[in-house]
Amino acid sequence: MCKHVEILDAKTREKLCFLDKVEPQATIAEIKNLFTKSHPQWYPARQSLRLDPKGKSLKDEDVLQKLPVGTTATFYFRDLGAQISWVTVFLTEYAGPLFIYLLFYFRVPFIYGHKYDFTSSRHTVVHLACICHSFHYVKRLLETLFVHRFSHGTMPLRNIFKNCTYYWGFAAWMAYYINHPLYTPPSYGAQQVKLALAIFVICQLGNFSIHMALRDLRPAGSKTRKIPYPTKNPFTWLFLLVSCPNYTYEVGSWIGFAIMTQCLPVALFSLVGFTQMTIWAKGKHRSYLKEFRDYPPLRMPIIPFLL
Amino acid sequence: MAAAAATAATKGNGGGGGRAGAGEASGTRKKKGPGPLATAYLVIYNVVMTAGLRFNLKGIVPSSVVLTSFQVMSRVFIIWAVTHSVKEVQSEDSVLLFVIAWTITEIIRYSFYTFSLLNHLPYLIKWARYTLFIVLYPMGVSGELLTMYAALPFVRQAGLYSISLPNKYNFSFDYYAFLILIMISYIPIFPQLYFHMIHQRRKVLSHTEEHKKFE
Repeated sequence: MCKHVEILDAKTREKLCFLDKVEPQATIAEIKNLFTKSHPQWYPARQSLRLDPKGKSLKDEDVLQKLPVGTTATFYFRDLGAQISWVTVFLTEYAGPLFIYLLFYFRVPFIYGHKYDFTSSRHTVVHLACICHSFHYVKRLLETLFVHRFSHGTMPLRNIFKNCTYYWGFAAWMAYYINHPLYTPPSYGAQQVKLALAIFVICQLGNFSIHMALRDLRPAGSKTRKIPYPTKNPFTWLFLLVSCPNYTYEVGSWIGFAIMTQCLPVALFSLVGFTQMTIWAKGKHRSYLKEFRDYPPLRMPIIPFLL
Repeated sequence: MAAAAATAATKGNGGGGGRAGAGEASGTRKKKGPGPLATAYLVIYNVVMTAGLRFNLKGIVPSSVVLTSFQVMSRVFIIWAVTHSVKEVQSEDSVLLFVIAWTITEIIRYSFYTFSLLNHLPYLIKWARYTLFIVLYPMGVSGELLTMYAALPFVRQAGLYSISLPNKYNFSFDYYAFLILIMISYIPIFPQLYFHMIHQRRKVLSHTEEHKKFE
């Protein structure tokens, strides 16, 4: 028995679309596609359909039949604004720092004085830092392409400007000092650099292990959510103590890089990143607690026992 | 900003205290140049203002947290990081200009909040709050910009708050360039804040019918 669907504007209550003869097993995703036909400027990714004008958005997977609606379902529509895919945003925001750092490393003209154009630093740590920084962003790019399984397809377009300003800006700021002709190597010399490098490498491996573990929790193309648990890989044992060990390892990597380069802007970048990741980790932790009754009680969001 | 607000002592009623402090000292502020009285006034003023922000965050005072935070931050910056830090500008007329503009604005603003909380807002106060800014705001901004501009040569000369390479933290900061950047930032920011107030004015003053019950 077919249903009818009417879509009203959430703010003005104006009737935007009427769909008759909709299958009861139709999903919200399919209804969004039908809506796009009459309003092509509102592609599915920018549609938010709800049962109540001020309520939560319905999920794409929700089935019409299972919703609390009568023979004619009324949905309220809100325009989420221009959208851009997560993959595009990630690739752009990570490619920038990779490229920008190298401009400073090779001392491209107009950055430092002309007598330094295309010269090379005499400090080993500067070359090491370039390798680490570049490795980090190459890893991120590859993970974006081959590892991550995103929950959402898109995000608002304005995010790309905000995110790129953050990543590219900080990359340029850090790279400027590390590759500066007047750069001062770490106070404790090779010892400090070796220790910092060890921290960096361990945390990079840790971060990658967590990304792989999270990927394996979710089959390709699905949006399932499960509690992550430690696997045979020792790096994943951090799951015993934190909900988001990927963020823990990420902060660790940048702390390592800051100690290696003994550069204040790197420390500031680590601090800002840590603040943002803590906010995300707390949110994620809260979602886990809400969704799973049996969530391990020992776990903290990002720092074992503390935060 | 929230941290700054949290660490500022809650000096009693933010609204009433601020009004008394500002009113009292503005009388003595007529002569140019600093002095212990002016410093005391500015300290009280700053602390109360930050305490006021805390009340704002708690929802007691109805005003945008972002905008007021911005205002508090910029005022604290002008007072401490410019006027107090560069002694040579303290006798400039521009300092008098922004202090007078701020003082009058705050007397009206805190009266507005106080009367609103008491549910007895005279139309005159509401009108003053949403009209006098038209002159006071540009006046304050001019005072601030001129003060910063006056401070520039002294900052350059003394290398104030600046650090240059090489140093072991591989960091540099040029306060002179920073001040210029701040001054430039007024160009996009000030019109937005100003037109926001104009928009608010149109909204609030056209709803006089609803607000008659406050009188």
